Amino acid sequence: MIRLNVNGRTHDVDADPEMPLLWALRDLLGLTGTKYGCGQALCGACTVHLDGEAVRSCVTPISRAAGRKLTTIEGLENRALQDAWCELAVPQCGFCQAGQLMTAAALLAETPQPSDDEIDRSMAGNICRCGTYSRIRAAIKRAAGVK
Amino acid sequence: MLRREFVGGLLVAVAGRTLAAQSPKKPKTSDEALKERSEGLRPNVFIHVASDGKVTLVNHRSEMGQGVRSTIPALLADELGADPGRVEIEQADGDKKYGDQNTDGSNSIRGEYEDLRRAAATAREMLIAAAAQRWRVPAGSLTARDHAVWNGSRSLGFGELADAAGRLPVPKPESVKLRPRSEMKHVFRDLPLVDARAIATGAAKFGADVPLEGMLIAVIARPPVVGGKVVRLDDSKALAVPGVKQVIRMPEPKPPYKFQPWGGVAVLATNTWAALRGREALRIEWDHGPNAVYDSDRFASELSRAVHQPGHTARNVGDVDTALAKAAKTIEAEYHVPHLAHVPMEPPAAIARFEDGKCELWAATQNPQDARTQAAETLGIDESRVTSHVTLLGGAFGRKSKADFVAEAAYLAREAKAPVRVQWTREDDLRHDYYNAVNTQLLTAALDAEGKVTAWRQRTAFPPIATTFSDVKGPSAGDLQQGVTDLPLAIPNVRAETCDASAHVRIGWLRSVYNIFHGFSAGSFMDELAYAHGKDPRDNLLELFGPPRLVTLQELGVDKLRNYGASLDKHPIDTGRLRRVIERVASMARWSDRSGRALGLAAHRSFLTYVAVVVSVKKNALGKIAVDEAWLAADAGTVVNLERARAQMEGALIFGMSHAFYGGATMKAGVTEQSNFDTYRLVRMPEAPRALHVELVESDGPPGGIGEPGVPPVAPAIANAIFVLTGQRIRTLPLMLAGVV
Ligand code: FES
Ligand code: FES
Repeated sequence: MIRLNVNGRTHDVDADPEMPLLWALRDLLGLTGTKYGCGQALCGACTVHLDGEAVRSCVTPISRAAGRKLTTIEGLENRALQDAWCELAVPQCGFCQAGQLMTAAALLAETPQPSDDEIDRSMAGNICRCGTYSRIRAAIKRAAGVK
Repeated sequence: MLRREFVGGLLVAVAGRTLAAQSPKKPKTSDEALKERSEGLRPNVFIHVASDGKVTLVNHRSEMGQGVRSTIPALLADELGADPGRVEIEQADGDKKYGDQNTDGSNSIRGEYEDLRRAAATAREMLIAAAAQRWRVPAGSLTARDHAVWNGSRSLGFGELADAAGRLPVPKPESVKLRPRSEMKHVFRDLPLVDARAIATGAAKFGADVPLEGMLIAVIARPPVVGGKVVRLDDSKALAVPGVKQVIRMPEPKPPYKFQPWGGVAVLATNTWAALRGREALRIEWDHGPNAVYDSDRFASELSRAVHQPGHTARNVGDVDTALAKAAKTIEAEYHVPHLAHVPMEPPAAIARFEDGKCELWAATQNPQDARTQAAETLGIDESRVTSHVTLLGGAFGRKSKADFVAEAAYLAREAKAPVRVQWTREDDLRHDYYNAVNTQLLTAALDAEGKVTAWRQRTAFPPIATTFSDVKGPSAGDLQQGVTDLPLAIPNVRAETCDASAHVRIGWLRSVYNIFHGFSAGSFMDELAYAHGKDPRDNLLELFGPPRLVTLQELGVDKLRNYGASLDKHPIDTGRLRRVIERVASMARWSDRSGRALGLAAHRSFLTYVAVVVSVKKNALGKIAVDEAWLAADAGTVVNLERARAQMEGALIFGMSHAFYGGATMKAGVTEQSNFDTYRLVRMPEAPRALHVELVESDGPPGGIGEPGVPPVAPAIANAIFVLTGQRIRTLPLMLAGVV
């Protein structure tokens, strides 16, 4: 049994300790907001917060998450950021956006007033095939209140 | 308190609350849901007005990022006169009664604009007729707006009228009148994005997100080469992986491959991780079959040889050979664009349940009717026994029109006697795609002593999509309308030729399809001609496209033109519109004042829409090319949802940039060499231009396509800008091969 604390709730999961968090969240806990895009830490679609830090859940074994505080898109509470996403109509297909939001939220937690370069650097691991990058940048800045 | 429950076969203890994913109620089909509301007014399959005033509008096309769910219902609501705040959107299942549901060809609005409006106008006229009866006044004096029918300042709500309207005869769609544009209050502007909040909170449901009780997850070891077969299988180790429940052989497809499942061996497990580990543990000996000979590098040289020989004439005006012979100067250039992969962010995924001889599907499909057909064919049952639900699509770009992955799920659900989700990995997606055709072209032009272009010869060689469906050797006349035979040129002698090319991978359509490479070669070559006769590239482009006019078939040198399925009367090739987007984008980018900047320009008409693009390139700190700013002007005729149209154009700029910089799937011994985002690169945020400007030409003409036409001019604009910056003319994509990016 591995005890996971996800979005403030406790789950005891009986599964292979090597199972990536991504599949435990999606298949065992029914939290399908976290997405699979590559399985190799190359796209960022699966990003979640582990003790507030953005990690790629597709390469994070559940054993490493045990006893730590996990947040997924379903538990994200960054109203300003999520509102900015809606106001600027950032998503196209939406599939990458959970990962984009989780990465952006972690960036803002650490750097409340990021520059363009800081945004680009932090977001470089999150691919958007639909090409919403310019709106993502704008939404992060709006949420941060920077120009 | 802890409760223990089985979820997907694994023991999970849950603290405090029940899992949403456990035992969902059986979802209703869109039909069942509508039938429950059979009172009120339902004049057609798109609209229901309930007696409590609730209006349900059906969106029958697939949402994949283009914003159709935010656009079609808004159009229906406005024509009806409904309050957008009191409208519910329902996603249609795949069913012929909705007409065409294949969400491709940038067709949802351009193809259905009038029919959809007519469907809503029918309901409006019936509500008005009911009100006229109630008030005993002529219908002509009444109007419908704000969810009510009005007679001066008196009104009757839609809900109050619904039952009476529902008892009236339904007028013929041809007889109903559409609102004048001035009466449309909500559309032709920026519309709210209906799914934004669900996406931003993780609630939106995509192809892999539908939970079914007892569902098994399948991953499939597919033959590495298309048409390959399993010779020997040892599945003992796979079956020993905890969580793996079954191993099932997939049926072997027979050529032509069409949308059949690709074959191979499926591993089914209680969770995706176990299924993936099970697949790794399979021991399979493959017979790679006849396509193992395919080497895409060698094929590129075959294509190159082909275009240096005369081909089959596809278009002819004047006498190109004589003009070339008499030329003061001839210019010739060869271009190559490799196979491109779709790489939607969401790899294909589909869910199926098979019970009592009936199949129910949930899939991220662009074509739910064909998903139904493919499932029925694979199962050998009648289509009426298949229900095909549509989830949101996590990107598609043409990939998800092909229902091979849905048919896999249907087959496995029956064989496994359990609901099944088929999950493609990124590696599966890249290796087993329906790639865009690989293409080589040779362009040759004659210039006279004054530097005027007197002849244009274009030879193109590519294996067309038809090779996936039948045994053909080269493109059809219809294929060439994408940037060859429909290309307006004010040049007296023009000939286009096609050369034979066979296919060894599955070829499919990818966002803007053949326009990608025809737009690249023509857009680059026109720019080369500008420098050959020392002209400003913009002025040169305007000169080559010629004066504003409606281009006739005779001028094009063809008997007929498919014109994206639209009549030439309604959607002529209008060089005036092409010129306008060029002039517009040039002014946006301050083209006339470009000293110190390296700008490239290209323009292209596709899917009945005219787009011109300018990009600015620079060298970054590493000496590599970066696009720092981009401008796009589009004339798409009437645009229902301006905001999503701009979003599509912004996305097209990035999509086109990815092709130009990195795009390319290559095959060795029939096996695709790229497998994930490390080997098939896409543009990432630091590479995306910091400034991106999109403008739409205001128009009340008939609507053109939105999703695709932004893509073709991007790659040539970039290559043209690089020439300005470095003097290097790059004719082979991706640019990465030349080491410049
Ligand atoms: S799925 Fe984890 S980074 Fe792509
Ligand atoms: S919105 Fe579709 S991949 Fe980002």
